[in-house]
Amino acid sequence: MKRRDFIYLSGLGAAATMLPIPMMGNAIDPGRALETVDVALKKQLADVALNAARSKGATYTDVRIGRYLNQFVITREDKVQNIVNTESYGLGVRVIANGSWGFAATDKLDKDSIAKAAEQAVAIAKENSRLLTEPVRLASQKGYGEVSWKAPIEKNAFEVPIKEKVDLLLDVNGAAMKSGADYITSLLFLVNEQKYFASTDGSYIDQDVHRIWPAFFITKIDKVSGKFETRNSLSTPMGMGYEYLNFRPQDKIKGVTTLYKGRYDMFEDAKAAGAQAGEKLKAKSVEPGKYDLILDPSHLWLTIHESTGHPTELDRVLGYEANFAGTSFLTLDKWESKKFNYGSKLVNIVADKTQLGSLGAVGYDDEGVQCGQWDIIKDGILVNYQATRDQAHILGLNASQGCCYADNWSSVQFQRMPNISLQPGKEKKSIDDLIKGVEKGIYIIGDGSFSIDQQRYNFQFGGQLFYEIKNGKIVGMLRDVAYQANSQEFWNSCVGIADASDYRLGGAFGDGKGQPPQSNAVSHGSSTARFNGVNVINTARNL
Amino acid sequence: MAILSKEEAKKILDKVIGFSKADGVEANLNGNDGGNIRYARNSVSTAGEDSNVSLSVQTYFGKKSGTATINEFDDASLEKVVRRAEELAKLAPENPEFLEPLPQQTYGAESKTFIESTAKITPDYRAQAAADSIIPATKKDITAAGFLEDNRGFSALSNSKGLFAYNKSTGVDFTVTMRTNDGTGSGWVARNFNDISKLNTTEASQIAMEKALQSRNAKAIEPGKYTVILEPNAAADLLGLMIGGMNARQADEGRSYLSKKGGGTKLGEKIVDERVNIYTDPWNEEVPVGNWASGGMSRKKMDLIKNGTVENLIYDRYWASQKNAEPTAFPGNRIMEGGNASVEDMIKDTKKGVLVTRFWYIRAVDPQTLLYTGLTRDGTFYIENGKIKHPIKNFRFNESPIIMLNNLETLGKQMRVASGGGPGGGGSSLIPAMKIRDFTFSSLSDAV
Repeated sequence: MKRRDFIYLSGLGAAATMLPIPMMGNAIDPGRALETVDVALKKQLADVALNAARSKGATYTDVRIGRYLNQFVITREDKVQNIVNTESYGLGVRVIANGSWGFAATDKLDKDSIAKAAEQAVAIAKENSRLLTEPVRLASQKGYGEVSWKAPIEKNAFEVPIKEKVDLLLDVNGAAMKSGADYITSLLFLVNEQKYFASTDGSYIDQDVHRIWPAFFITKIDKVSGKFETRNSLSTPMGMGYEYLNFRPQDKIKGVTTLYKGRYDMFEDAKAAGAQAGEKLKAKSVEPGKYDLILDPSHLWLTIHESTGHPTELDRVLGYEANFAGTSFLTLDKWESKKFNYGSKLVNIVADKTQLGSLGAVGYDDEGVQCGQWDIIKDGILVNYQATRDQAHILGLNASQGCCYADNWSSVQFQRMPNISLQPGKEKKSIDDLIKGVEKGIYIIGDGSFSIDQQRYNFQFGGQLFYEIKNGKIVGMLRDVAYQANSQEFWNSCVGIADASDYRLGGAFGDGKGQPPQSNAVSHGSSTARFNGVNVINTARNL
Repeated sequence: MAILSKEEAKKILDKVIGFSKADGVEANLNGNDGGNIRYARNSVSTAGEDSNVSLSVQTYFGKKSGTATINEFDDASLEKVVRRAEELAKLAPENPEFLEPLPQQTYGAESKTFIESTAKITPDYRAQAAADSIIPATKKDITAAGFLEDNRGFSALSNSKGLFAYNKSTGVDFTVTMRTNDGTGSGWVARNFNDISKLNTTEASQIAMEKALQSRNAKAIEPGKYTVILEPNAAADLLGLMIGGMNARQADEGRSYLSKKGGGTKLGEKIVDERVNIYTDPWNEEVPVGNWASGGMSRKKMDLIKNGTVENLIYDRYWASQKNAEPTAFPGNRIMEGGNASVEDMIKDTKKGVLVTRFWYIRAVDPQTLLYTGLTRDGTFYIENGKIKHPIKNFRFNESPIIMLNNLETLGKQMRVASGGGPGGGGSSLIPAMKIRDFTFSSLSDAV
């Protein structure tokens, strides 16, 4: 059992009053994050585990040597709250013995400790096989030999001096306060996964993954009424280096508020947010009823994640998550029928582990499968799921789809979500074109409250900014908005998707699944899209 | 190695304090041994054990502090971690909210947080727990999925002001979901104890199976406002979110449900039904927790809500110093006083209502009113004229625990429940079942 420590950030915007950030590993000097481990040494260590497991009777073994680096820089208003650098380094070994999986891990990287971990994994596999109903069937996988993959970043964020990051965040806070915010917490969260994988199939894979998440949380208070409103940043976590913060004019989409495509102007967004939090306090409370929704990619990513990403996870469909995350309404019979109408004909949703700048991008997954892309929903029909090597046979596949991931060397890898994205509309169409056609609607920007049932039918989502649309025009801001729908009905109400020029990524660092829980970073792309006749509720209450 | 005695821990921490050349130092030594087993589809899917001890050292120069951690405990390693923390402190910007560590505190009696039998759980015990679910399930056309996690651990703290504190604890957390093989019924049971002798995995599995069988072929009823009987796990989820938000700083800053119009907080104001009494007590025999909290602050028995009135808010040391208030150790447990009624008694006394086993996917909608949304799951039943009439489809709710506790009808018997995060993670609560009128269900879900 790997217990996670959490840094709890108190005093964030009230919408995120307690933001848990997993602190996985030991606190280190920032300079140590720039050191790397020699690949030849990692191969030697991996071979120790492979040989030890084989000698104890394992029929398959894979080894992951992981160095997981995190950096957090956290500020509020005019002060630095915390700067934390962490490192977690160790080895996990997974085996099949007597037809069952076994796993063990160690942070002691001497040969004896590694061999002992491999032997323990075999012993656990044998113990687990006592209640086995069906032996593991692993899809065949060729060995790649010694290969490597590096995230194509322009600037390693760990190389940027802490002072530069602190100055940026304090400037951002200053801009927000000047434009009307009463409180702001801002942060930079950086990740570098240095992962080495080796297996008895003959693969030795060295990978270097980088992720970045700049974010802020603003609160504005109306002292007279005692009401308060929040506005969170419109940034998204990305699989990028520090270049994500070096914005260019072509990365901005101008409209009712500035939207960001691939690069992010944190200062500009904070300035807008300070003013918008004040506007939200004065906005009209929404009249509940049916509305046509225009959903921005900064919002729609979360709806895709919850209503398409999770129900197409094959482990959920099969029942492996029944005691925790739940099962899925997208049962195998619906897939087998080849005519389950998940969405309208416009809806094409693709799984992709290779997308540049995305959180899920890697060369190979955590069981040594080279990554690619495949259709999940094709012209509105459910055509596929997300599978690992031991699940591929269930879908009649000869090879895994490369969806295996562990959040740490000490966690056992299992099926996790790849990037799952809505494809842009094929006809030339802008955000304005979509808004123009709406008689009574709401344009929603940014992600907010989110909740969905354990089989992924019924959901409710909020947002950051809500604009009322009347007769094709934005007429003002709304508040107290949330929409509820059934996943299948919602996707069948999709009547318009902007073209590829509007396509943007959203995503999250901390998608949770499994017991003990593990987190997964995943992106979801889309262009702005229109959904007709969605049920909107008013969330205002009086205490 | 993982469970060090008080003397062993103090010996290491004394050396750490001795190595420091900074203005001051605080060191935390924590160890944990744990194990788990996970099963699904009537078969074990994963099982494992883990052991770790970690030393975290925070040093400071003025208002600049740095933290470093290590998991090796020879003298050279201890000195190295202190030096690294000192280097980080020198590099850090000043934190105006930094406070020097506390001097030695007076703690109440030791709490019975460590149970020897729990500390001795073996892989065999865990495998049997899985079998206690799987074997009966297979006989009844049911599929079992579950998770058992146990741990034994210790925490020790020492600082350069002379403070030393130590505690050790055990815990076990068990959840099981039983689903009928036709896919129309699902039942769930959760158990959380620090004493393994109180855990009966066969009985828990049996209850989950009964709920699964009873919940087959649920009927849809119209969403709306209903009288609900919330089992303790369902009630605890919403209450935990309310209690977790009793932070004084947020309230003072005007961004909490406890902020008052025109400024100030609702401390001393009645916010819920006068029968609501919520407190924390480290020595409660059902939910014992350590007698000290982060930084060595002494935990005491403390009222949070008394007769429906906000009795205390949680002040961290910095905010207390700004507001001239007493700092409050973060509560390690949450206890809500209950009544004598069993869930069955409450059902008998209900003309028309809904019995809720648990809630799922609860998320904040409006922090101002503490409005939350979420869904019922794994056993939702319609009650008519004092009897369970039939299972019903799950509902989405939009409700505030404040409104809910103002609509209190009856308090039932208390039960120990996990506050989240597993046996050692989020602490534990003692929460009653409760009957609430006008609970807002806003839509139906087809999920089973």
